[in-house]
Amino acid sequence: MTTVTASKGTAPKLKTSAMIASFADPGQKTSSAPFGHALVKAAEADPRIVGLTADLGKYTDMHIFAQAFPERFFQMGMAEQLLFGAAAGLAETGLVPFASTYSVFAARRAYDFLCLDIAEPNLNVNIVGGLPGLTTGYGPSHQATEDMAIFRGMPNLTIVDPCDSVDIEQAVPQLAASDGPTYLRLLRGNVPTVLDEYGYTFELGKAKVLRGGNDVVFVSSGLMTMRALQAAEALAAHKVDVAVVHAPTIKPFDAATVLAELNTDRLAVTLENHSVVGGLFETVASAVVTAGLGKRVVPVALPDAFLDAGALPTLHERYGLSVQRIVAKVLAELG
Amino acid sequence: MGRIERVGAAANRIRHHALNMGEVQGQGYVGQALGASDMLAAVYADQLRYRADDPEWEGRDRFLLSTGHYAIGHYAALAEAGIIPVEELESYGSDDSRLPMSGMSTYTPGMEISGGSLGHGLSIAVGIALGLRHRAHVGEGSSARVYNFLSDGELDEGSTWEAAMGAHHHQLGNLTAMVDINALQADGKTDTVLRTEPVTEKWEAFGWYTQRVDGNDVGALLAAFDNAAAQAAAVGRPSVILCDTKVGRGVPLLEEREKAHFMRIEEHEWQLCRKQLTAGSNGKAGR
Repeated sequence: MTTVTASKGTAPKLKTSAMIASFADPGQKTSSAPFGHALVKAAEADPRIVGLTADLGKYTDMHIFAQAFPERFFQMGMAEQLLFGAAAGLAETGLVPFASTYSVFAARRAYDFLCLDIAEPNLNVNIVGGLPGLTTGYGPSHQATEDMAIFRGMPNLTIVDPCDSVDIEQAVPQLAASDGPTYLRLLRGNVPTVLDEYGYTFELGKAKVLRGGNDVVFVSSGLMTMRALQAAEALAAHKVDVAVVHAPTIKPFDAATVLAELNTDRLAVTLENHSVVGGLFETVASAVVTAGLGKRVVPVALPDAFLDAGALPTLHERYGLSVQRIVAKVLAELG
Repeated sequence: MGRIERVGAAANRIRHHALNMGEVQGQGYVGQALGASDMLAAVYADQLRYRADDPEWEGRDRFLLSTGHYAIGHYAALAEAGIIPVEELESYGSDDSRLPMSGMSTYTPGMEISGGSLGHGLSIAVGIALGLRHRAHVGEGSSARVYNFLSDGELDEGSTWEAAMGAHHHQLGNLTAMVDINALQADGKTDTVLRTEPVTEKWEAFGWYTQRVDGNDVGALLAAFDNAAAQAAAVGRPSVILCDTKVGRGVPLLEEREKAHFMRIEEHEWQLCRKQLTAGSNGKAGR
């Protein structure tokens, strides 16, 4: 959580104890550790489900599962190559592992193990990556700003970027039930509950139109769908009517739903908690080009850069993920 | 025929298969296959529980080839075990063959994992051993064991040691690692590339039941497996058999050749290799 302190001679600066940071707004409805509870529920129904982590159980909400099913939980230590190799081995025996660590370690440190041991044999291993994109103020060592760019090139891998607790709760059993490997961009701790107000259900591989609008269409994933909805509300005050399409499955991508929304003369904007390189924007752009649509798409995304350390609200404002920055960008585009 | 003679005869056939496959390619990892044939024979002709006509049988012991380029030797052993037909060996490394140069589980019956990116096998073995034990605990498993074959070059990889720690921590008495120490890797002799010795002390320090044997001595290999079963498995300790082997073992022409990771053999030499192997094995089965 962030706190404000006044230091001598300067404006108040936000501080962050980033490891427990939540991107929930003050007073926002949240759900505690939705992934951990969803995994317990799924495991009650499916005895094949087991959990593993690499010394980050408490920080990926895997501890909830470990407490509920100690005999089905395997602590692999701070050893990510072992984590994913062993997850592959567990799947080879017919179990359905969920293996958690931070996204930076899954994507950067243990890629070869994920790729060759899990994705190539198309095993049902579900990778759970904490701190995706810019959800920690610890700087580049912890900020997985390019995880989707790294993973999109991996054949067989399904990539899910959930918005909120609703997405996570509904996604977990579907990830377990789907045959091949999956990568979930985990939101942990007190996770906002947003999509319950939109008559929404998560369907693996599907994008959903959350609201219609005549002037602008947002295509968003992850926590940026929450921001997209907030920005749409704020833009209404400027007499700008915004549609929001939520595309939590980045791969395989529901191009049909998204292209149907983009094939209009509305301003098209993608919003993602990820580098502008290789994530949702480029996924949408390639779908647009492949379909032969001559459509301009404006990205709201993190810059192609190593980002600063600091408090999340400060950083989201600095790098354009805040509602205020989104609204300003859209108004500028509309002239 | 006694146990040692039986395994020795299997090793001899594996060596002949490997030479025949090498000739098809004109080159390849024949030296490693010859060096590891006794280890492979000890596993397939003595240790493994498997069903040749049902390679996916749930109760089978798992043999994981981490060192993917040793596939030539592994295919020879799979043929010896009756899991793939001997006639198929001549397709080794050819287009559309089930027997690619580097072993892959999706291609070959009886090939449990895709090795080749070195240092993966032991981590996967830890997961399989954990999974088999877990399934046994919940009443749907077997007492199947897991064997991981790795090379001394793979001791360079940090992941091997992550897995070594993990196996000890989780008390995986159902796991046996076999390290082929031929003291050779891609860029030269192991002690000039990255010194891995003292290997025995390293595995002991990682908590494994550790034995070091002449990996070309069938009797010593079988005794080591017996010791491992008697002394390690029961107390939940993973077991490693460190096997010193000789590249090209059984064919003096190749044993004496300057050692190379990827050995070139001239067209006219293959028949000579076979003759030397046959001559050497007469009266020397098991050695």
